Amino acid sequence: METAAKAENIKEMNNTGETLSGAEILVRSLIQEGVDTMFGYIGGAIMPVYDALYDYQKELKHYMSRHEQGATHSAQAYARLTKKPGVCFTTSGPGATNLLTGLADAYLDSTPMVVITGQVHSGLLGSDAFQETNMVGLSMPVTKWNFQITKVEEIAEVMAKAFYIARTGRPGPVLIDITKDAQVQKTEYKYERCKGIRSYQPVPKLNMDEISAAAELINSAKKPMILAGQGILLSGAEQELMEFAEKTQTPVACTLLGLSSFPTDHPLYVGMLGMHGNYGPNMNTNQCDVLIAIGMRFDDRVTGDTSKYAKQAKIVHIDIDRSEHNKNISVDIPVLADAKQALTELNKVVSGSEREEWMQTFKDYYQLEYEKVIEKQTHSSRERINMAEVIDCLSEKTNGEAVLCTDVGQHQMTSARYYKFKNPNTQVTSGGLGTMGFGMPAAIGAQIADPNATVVSVSGDGGFQMTIQELAVIRQYKLPVKSIVLNNSFLGMVRQWQDLFFEQRFSYTEMDNPDFVKIVEGYGIKAKRVSKREELQDAIQEMLDFPGAFFLEVVVETESNVLPMIAPGAAVSEMRLE
Amino acid sequence: MKEYTITVFSENNIGLLNEVTIVFSRRKINIESLTVSESEVKGVSRYTIVVFSDEKKIENVVRQLEKIIGVFKALYFEAEEIVHQEVALFKIANSPKLNGNLEALIRRQNAKILTVNPDFLVIERVGYKAENQELFNELEQYGVLQFARSGRVAVSCQKKEFTSYLKELSH
Ligand SMILES: Cc1ncc(C[n+]2csc(CCOP(=O)(O)OP(=O)(O)O)c2C)c(N)n1
Repeated sequence: METAAKAENIKEMNNTGETLSGAEILVRSLIQEGVDTMFGYIGGAIMPVYDALYDYQKELKHYMSRHEQGATHSAQAYARLTKKPGVCFTTSGPGATNLLTGLADAYLDSTPMVVITGQVHSGLLGSDAFQETNMVGLSMPVTKWNFQITKVEEIAEVMAKAFYIARTGRPGPVLIDITKDAQVQKTEYKYERCKGIRSYQPVPKLNMDEISAAAELINSAKKPMILAGQGILLSGAEQELMEFAEKTQTPVACTLLGLSSFPTDHPLYVGMLGMHGNYGPNMNTNQCDVLIAIGMRFDDRVTGDTSKYAKQAKIVHIDIDRSEHNKNISVDIPVLADAKQALTELNKVVSGSEREEWMQTFKDYYQLEYEKVIEKQTHSSRERINMAEVIDCLSEKTNGEAVLCTDVGQHQMTSARYYKFKNPNTQVTSGGLGTMGFGMPAAIGAQIADPNATVVSVSGDGGFQMTIQELAVIRQYKLPVKSIVLNNSFLGMVRQWQDLFFEQRFSYTEMDNPDFVKIVEGYGIKAKRVSKREELQDAIQEMLDFPGAFFLEVVVETESNVLPMIAPGAAVSEMRLE
Repeated sequence: MKEYTITVFSENNIGLLNEVTIVFSRRKINIESLTVSESEVKGVSRYTIVVFSDEKKIENVVRQLEKIIGVFKALYFEAEEIVHQEVALFKIANSPKLNGNLEALIRRQNAKILTVNPDFLVIERVGYKAENQELFNELEQYGVLQFARSGRVAVSCQKKEFTSYLKELSH
């Protein structure tokens, strides 16, 4: 009763100058910022906050992970789908250090997060107290901002700042470390949302000279190509990108994190970039005359050897983060802007006509890739199922409309290559950090973000075991997540490198795996294993039709490699098909 | 490799120095000297950082410094684009054999005596690092008990001053 009354009055109660504990102020701050869902794991130093949460169960739904790393990945996926900061709570010491992988992942992949860690009493700071770790120091290189709160009076303002920083500009994770005494002290509660920070300019002022210079170059292009990154999804510029591509008749290639920013069935879509991307866009990176990079950062997995990267091309680079301009690749026209903002302006002044010959080169490359790789993998004649067959089937049966959360390895690259994403923002994967163990907890966060979506995680037998305990979250909250493990009994991607670059010396990559079906059943989740090709279609259908969580293990070929591939250190145009 | 002087303007917050140095250490750039103190704007710290590196790297470093929340502006300069000095203090044991010789040296070197007491005296010299080093070399014969020098402080020759950057930021 009391809780309900509290909820109704929360808006009015905001500025009444009521005296509240730090813990309650923290919880109210979240509500003020529009948070209704969070992830976390309790422990000594955060107990007062959890105690306050108990009174706000109606406003704030807390999902208890089984390891703090799992909580971060769930929060990351939640953030990517809702475009709201993902919120995580943990205790100090080990609880906090368990967050670091998720923070590093979110930092590299520009995911907004507000992570709150408990800390020992402020009087004990620096004394190596029980479960004291210097979280501000530890998280500094992997957060957009962090702050340690030691006084109750700081909480409201710091929380407002945390949310503002996490979600504006190039999004990123923020860590707030709060001492136990600050959680229990009381003060007058007054919350004001942050409207700006004088040393931080999240949205750059558009420079129209840059736009005109870019437009002029784009309009003069004969063989242009668009590289679409996650910036398109982050700024919600999918429509603008489509209009831009159509107006200028420019083929679009996506980075791994840019996948689903452009429909795969669009005639101008030419595939994925990078080490395991498609042949055409990689080869043509070194053939095009104007490269238009939007919201991407020329990661080394995209560029290969930078000294042989698009040397013939003039490059336009649209990015909201000035430190990305000329970082890895020297560009001709850097445009400092949010992708949507820049594309909206460009769309007023760009044009182009059909480029049949240029588009044909992509088609020819695709044909080659199809004959040498795709056909062999999706219609494999080998005894064991190929990963590509599974993803191909999944793509078809979900009509490319599922939210696909992938782990890291061969199955991830295969998913990226073969799943035909139809809708924006439907892929969640760990790109920059390549964190094994990301996929399944991410699917949990994605399902919570979009309860009606078909959410499927695809993992390898290695990565699945890194965060396998999160199955308990699927069980506890009855989430209808579909988890697929492509079991090749190897750390497949590493095995592939050993095969290709280490003279087939398979050092510690083979795994004697547990009975996954039994384990998953132990969690009370419906589970199935298939190893025969004839059973695959039905098994996937059964999984999708099942009205609840479902686990599917597909026993796949052990010795298959993901192709084509740009060998480490090679140029994009040296991509090998076999 | 060339010498660059980097000037950073930031809020005066706990932890910012750490964030600033991380940008250098993660690229394995050694900091030759570092000076932090309040600038012409109250509450705004000015860092003067001297490093040896190449321009491309430094350009990236400066942008990454500006990305830190709390940093207003970061700029880099080559030697001829700045006016710079260091302060050096020398503590020398007081003894009769100093008489006469020292005064001439101090005058010639443009240094000055800050403190004299029965046990020691303290000499101050402001100048380039090499000049202060030279004085140290000359003083060594008298026994230098301590030699402390500041990092570089520098002002740039460029027309645009920090206050105008600050104005742009607040718009
Ligand atoms: C936490 C972590 N440890 C190690 C790696 C290095 N690594 C990258 S891919 C890979 C193999 C993944 O094997 P598996 O999960 O079975 O997937 P597969 O490649 O077989 O599809 C490894 C070990 C990593 N990316 N992340």
